[in-house]
Amino acid sequence: MNQIEPNSFRAGPDEDGRFGLFGGRFVAETLMPLILDLEEAWKTAQGDPAFKAELDGLNSHYTGRPSPLYFAERLTEELGGAKIYFKRDELNHTGSHKINNCLGQILLARKMGKTRIIAETGAGQHGVATATVCARFGLPCVVYMGATDVERQAPNVFRMKLLGAEVIPVTAGHGTLKDAMNEALRDWVTNVESTYYLIGTAAGPHPYPELVREFQSVIGKEAKEQILAIEGRLPDMLVAAVGGGSNAIGLFHPFLDDKDVAIVGVEAGGKGLDGEEHCASLTAGSPGVLHGNRTYLLQDGDGQIKEGHSISAGLDYPGIGPEHSYLKDTGRVEYVPIMDEEALKAFQMLTRTEGIIPALEPSHALAEVIKRAPTMGKDQIIVMNLCGRGDKDVHTVAKHLGMNL
Amino acid sequence: MTTRIEARFSRLKDDNRPALVTFVMAGDPDHETALDIVKALPAAGADVIELGMPFSDPMADGPAIQKAGLRALKAGASLNKTLALVSEFRQVDDTTPIILMGYFNPIYIYGVEAFVADALKVGVDGLIVVDLPPEMDSELCLPALNAGLNFIRLATPTTDDKRLPTVLQNTSGFVYYVSITGITGSAAPDAGKVAAAVDRIKRHTDLPVCVGFGVRTAEQAAEIGRNADGVVVGSALVAAIESSLETGGGTAAVSAVTKIVSDMAAGVRSVSLAKA
Ligand SMILES: Cc1ncc(COP(=O)(O)O)c(C=O)c1O
Repeated sequence: MNQIEPNSFRAGPDEDGRFGLFGGRFVAETLMPLILDLEEAWKTAQGDPAFKAELDGLNSHYTGRPSPLYFAERLTEELGGAKIYFKRDELNHTGSHKINNCLGQILLARKMGKTRIIAETGAGQHGVATATVCARFGLPCVVYMGATDVERQAPNVFRMKLLGAEVIPVTAGHGTLKDAMNEALRDWVTNVESTYYLIGTAAGPHPYPELVREFQSVIGKEAKEQILAIEGRLPDMLVAAVGGGSNAIGLFHPFLDDKDVAIVGVEAGGKGLDGEEHCASLTAGSPGVLHGNRTYLLQDGDGQIKEGHSISAGLDYPGIGPEHSYLKDTGRVEYVPIMDEEALKAFQMLTRTEGIIPALEPSHALAEVIKRAPTMGKDQIIVMNLCGRGDKDVHTVAKHLGMNL
Repeated sequence: MTTRIEARFSRLKDDNRPALVTFVMAGDPDHETALDIVKALPAAGADVIELGMPFSDPMADGPAIQKAGLRALKAGASLNKTLALVSEFRQVDDTTPIILMGYFNPIYIYGVEAFVADALKVGVDGLIVVDLPPEMDSELCLPALNAGLNFIRLATPTTDDKRLPTVLQNTSGFVYYVSITGITGSAAPDAGKVAAAVDRIKRHTDLPVCVGFGVRTAEQAAEIGRNADGVVVGSALVAAIESSLETGGGTAAVSAVTKIVSDMAAGVRSVSLAKA
C-alpha cells in the first residue's frame, strides 16, 4: 500500500529537496553545513527502528494517539448532504496537531546532540507544543513570536512561560509569523553550534518540509485506516486548513495517489482577496524565494514580501510549504480561500451543533465543508482535519462578536 | 578579460595594503542622498563598494541594516532604482568596483537573465547573494559567471575544510569571510581567530580574502587588515546614516559616512601586508 507508483504525487522531494520547481535550500552559508547534518540525522532516523519505536510510544502515551475519527452526525443532518467526519487532532495533548511534529523533531535534536531549542510561532500552538516537548526532555527553549500575536494569543504566551520557555516578542514588520521566522533564523545563524531550530510547519529549507510532513502524516495514515474500518471505503473528499501547510499535508499525503479522493486545501481569505488583507498565497500569490525555499508567496512586483492578514494567527503567513505549491501546480489539490467572517460563522455553528469549540484555523476548513457538503450526495463522505481546539481563540472571537470577557 | 574587481585587487597588491570595502544600502535614506553618498565613497578612501539591494525580509542582517533596507523601501527603492543608481555612479567613476549584495527574491522576480544583462550594462561588477549557497548555483551563480559578472561567495566559521572546496568552486573576484557565526552588525570578531581562518581559506584559493561582519573602528580595520586582503565595513556606516537623519539627513548623511570611511581608510593604509 505504501509503494510509490511511477507517476506518484508522493515521490518528492528529490535529492536537492525539490518538489518540481518548488522547495530547495535557499539559506546562508553559515547554516548550510548544519542543514546537511540535519539531513544525515534525518536519513539515519528514518531507517532506525528504535527511533520509530520511541516516537510511536510518545505519540500514543504522551499525545494520546490515535486521535478519533468522529462522525459529526448533527452537523451532517443540518447540512443535508455528504457525511462529515472529523479527524480530531484537537484532542491531542497541547490542543493541536503541532505536537506530532515537535515530538519527532525533538528526538532528532537529541540525536544530533543539540542543547538548545528555538522556534517561531504564530497562534502560539507550535510555541506551546515546542515548550512542552522541551520541558518533557529538559532542554532550554526560546520562542519567537510576533508582537501582534503575543497580544492576540495571550493565553498561549502564558502557557509557554509556565512551561519554562522564554518568549521573545518580535516587533519588526507587522509583528506576525513571518517576522518571527526571520528572527528565529537570525538566532539560529548566531547560535548554530548549540541550537536546533524546530520549525513549526512544512516549510523552510530542505529537509524540513519533508520531515515535518512525515511526522504529521500520522494524521492521514490513521484517518485512512479508520475510515476503511468504519465505512469500508475511502472518503470522497479531504478538507484541511493551510497556514504553512503542516496539518494539511499530514492528512493529504497518504491519500495523494488515491485518485478518487478529491482534496481541498483552505487558505485564509482574510477580509477578501480584492484588497491587501488576506493570506491566500496559493490563490493570489506567485512563486518566489523566502525562508529557505521557493514557493508561492504574497509579494509585490519588486519581489518584496507583503504582510498577510487573517483573523487566525496560525494562518497569518505570506508563504506556504513548497509541497503545496507543487500540488497546486499539478492540479492534484484544489486550494480555495475562506474569509474571516465565514470562519467565524463556522466556528459558532460547530460549537452549537456538535459541542466542539474549534480553533479558528480549522474553522476555515469547516466553512468550506459547510459550502460543499450540501452539494454532495448523502452517500458521499468528507473527512476534515479538526486540527486544533478553540480555547486559545475565545478572546478573539468574543471581540469580533462585540463581547467583553 | 580583467574585471574591475580583479584590477583593483591587483593594484592594491602592488600598493601592499588591504582593501577597504564599504557597504551602504541603495536608496537609503532616499535615492538622491544614497547616490551622493556612493559618489563620495571613493574619495573618502573606499576601494570597493558594496551596494545593498533592499529586501523586506533580510534574514541574515542585524537591526542596523534591517532598518536601512526598510528606510530605502519606504522611500521608494526597488531593484530597478538600484541599477539606475549604479548607472548614475558610473558616469563619474569607471574604476571603483561595485558589488550588489542582497537576497535572491527581488532578482528572481526581476528575472535572472534580464537582471544579469542589465547589471552588466549599468556597470555592476559582482554579486553577493546571501541565500544562494553553492547547492543553488544553477539559479544565478552560473548564469552570472557565464555573462562575466563576479560571484562572490561567503565563507563562514562553519565552512570547514571539507566544505571549503565546494564553496570556492564557482567563486570569483574575492572570497568574503564572515568573521562570526551571526548576523551583520554583531559583536566584534576575535582578530586571532579571523587570521587563522583567513590563512585556512588561502590554503585553498589564490583569490583575495576580505573579512566582514562586526568591523566598526579604524583600529579593528587595521588589526584584521594585517592578515587579510580587505576589510568590510557596513553596519557602522548605515547606523551613521540613521543618526544623521535626526539632524536632517542629506549632506549630514554624506559627511557622517565619509568621516567614518576616511578614518577606516587611514586604518587600512597604516598596514602593509605581511606577506609578499
Ligand atoms: C490549530 C492550528 N491549525 C493550523 C495551523 C496552521 O499551520 P499548518 O498549516 O502548518 O497546519 C496552526 C498554526 O499555528 C494551528 O495552531
